[in-house]
Amino acid sequence: MGQKIYVCLKQVPDTEARFKLGEDNKSIDLQQVKWVVNPYDEYAIEEAIKIKSSFADSQIFVLTVGPKERAYEALRTALAMGADEAICIDSPSHTNLNPLDIAKALADTILAEGPLTDVVTVLAGKVSIDQGAGLVPSLLAQLLNLPLATMATKISWSQGMATVTRELEGSVMETLEVGLPAMITCNKGLNTPRYPSLPGIMKAKKKIIKDVTFFVEGASPFSSWDLSKMELPPERPQVTLLSGDTQAQVKELVKKLREESKVI
Amino acid sequence: MKTLIIVDIESGKIKKTSLELVSIAQSLTVPFVGAYFGPEPTSELKSEISALGFSEFYFTTPTAQQALTAGSLASFLSPLIAKSQSSIILATNHSTNRDSLSLCAAHLKGAILNDVTHVAQTGAHIEIKKPLYAGKILSTYQLKGNGPHFILTRPNQFSNLPNTQSHLSMALFEGFELSGDNRIKIVESVKSSSQARPDLSEANIIVAGGRGLKEASNFKHLENLADTLGASVGASRAVVDAGWVGHDKQVGQTGKTVAPSLYIAAGISGAIQHLAGMSSSKVIVAINTDPAAPIFQKATYGIVGDALEVLPMLNTEIKAIL
Repeated sequence: MGQKIYVCLKQVPDTEARFKLGEDNKSIDLQQVKWVVNPYDEYAIEEAIKIKSSFADSQIFVLTVGPKERAYEALRTALAMGADEAICIDSPSHTNLNPLDIAKALADTILAEGPLTDVVTVLAGKVSIDQGAGLVPSLLAQLLNLPLATMATKISWSQGMATVTRELEGSVMETLEVGLPAMITCNKGLNTPRYPSLPGIMKAKKKIIKDVTFFVEGASPFSSWDLSKMELPPERPQVTLLSGDTQAQVKELVKKLREESKVI
Repeated sequence: MKTLIIVDIESGKIKKTSLELVSIAQSLTVPFVGAYFGPEPTSELKSEISALGFSEFYFTTPTAQQALTAGSLASFLSPLIAKSQSSIILATNHSTNRDSLSLCAAHLKGAILNDVTHVAQTGAHIEIKKPLYAGKILSTYQLKGNGPHFILTRPNQFSNLPNTQSHLSMALFEGFELSGDNRIKIVESVKSSSQARPDLSEANIIVAGGRGLKEASNFKHLENLADTLGASVGASRAVVDAGWVGHDKQVGQTGKTVAPSLYIAAGISGAIQHLAGMSSSKVIVAINTDPAAPIFQKATYGIVGDALEVLPMLNTEIKAIL
């Protein structure tokens, strides 16, 4: 058995999605939603495909936590791009899971596949665009005891080490040398994810998706929270369109910003 | 039970984003303590800290050789959380806190929520609000269990300034070691010198541009206006994808979610994913040639016109009154 490159991905509603709330006001009506692979996770899949040939006998494993009736589709996309095997960790209530529970499910699944000494690296997108938290990868790093490098915009790979450039708040660029295996999250700019090719899509149909059952109600070992309610954001009041020629509109705007809303 | 605040210090003073955390802690029923990475506080900083009502304050001084990686920061914070008996940890939601505190949360079997926009004590419970899908949905949670609960807040959401008092006593602790992690090394850390503007996620005013600016070089009109207002510059996905500006400037569901007091959208038509990322801004100004552009549905004030004509005029007019 060769080495493994793991890519954690999440299936999310596409960015054009508009939501309705469920009748209980604690859930989102997701029936009309189009599901896609989280855009940042596509950079992670592409990076794995790019480096595969540099690590002898390596295989790309994609894994996700999600209801298997739809999460398979996201895994098939990754397999069609070029991943070798997929693992689906079935979850009942996808949207309200604690990120630590998700990280624990991923960590236990990875460890069940074999020792970390056989792992080249674990990759993921820097954040999922649904919850917008970006916590699961760093939680996973701790649970697997791997060094962590988040938000990579450039990675140079060598045997046993990755040099990661990351973009931090305030326009700070940081370069890290990280021993492998590591947990690395991928940012826009790292690479250009490929579209699945037709032969890729055909091949993906024959690739293995393994099912894992993990979530048992009430079994979480972690502190948590209860969801009280969900709301749509309040409607904004009607726009005030300014009138007159451009110069007059600009003058009026400045006056309103200064005197009415007092923001300048 | 205590609240621990991770304090950010800039130029020897407590950052405004950290003062927001203090005002939250003051509204909760338990006492609060603080921690930061840096040398022993100056007497000025010490009096600022004690006047805010911190009962204990922890600091650690990294040596020049110590890399402040997420792992080493977590090695300082995890024992400190245990020693100070903190059940709630408050911090600003930036990448350093996000990485180091999630390592702590996994280590201590805590719960972690970030990008939080509301924290309040309701009876015996603590209520948290957090936007999902870049603000298309707002979720309310109630913390349960003994914690620790890690709460990372979005900047600029908590406008109340904390109360201050004099003659409060405060205990100062040093001595929590940062342990290094020899698997990871910081080779370089460079601040881009051309960017003296506030970070998008912390900016009070943002001026953002889209395809209506017609070409990359026209972003200079936005930058001039940003300089006048002390604002940060943002962009739509379309122009980031076209390579006009870097991804760090992208506002929206696949970029940064922002909520400044003033957001000026110039030549941005308003794709759903962009609107989701900025529509909780207090005041929104839309400048667009197309009166049917969706951005006008979210705007407070609208100018139907060419951004390239409007921006220089706006800059001149604002300069005249500031």
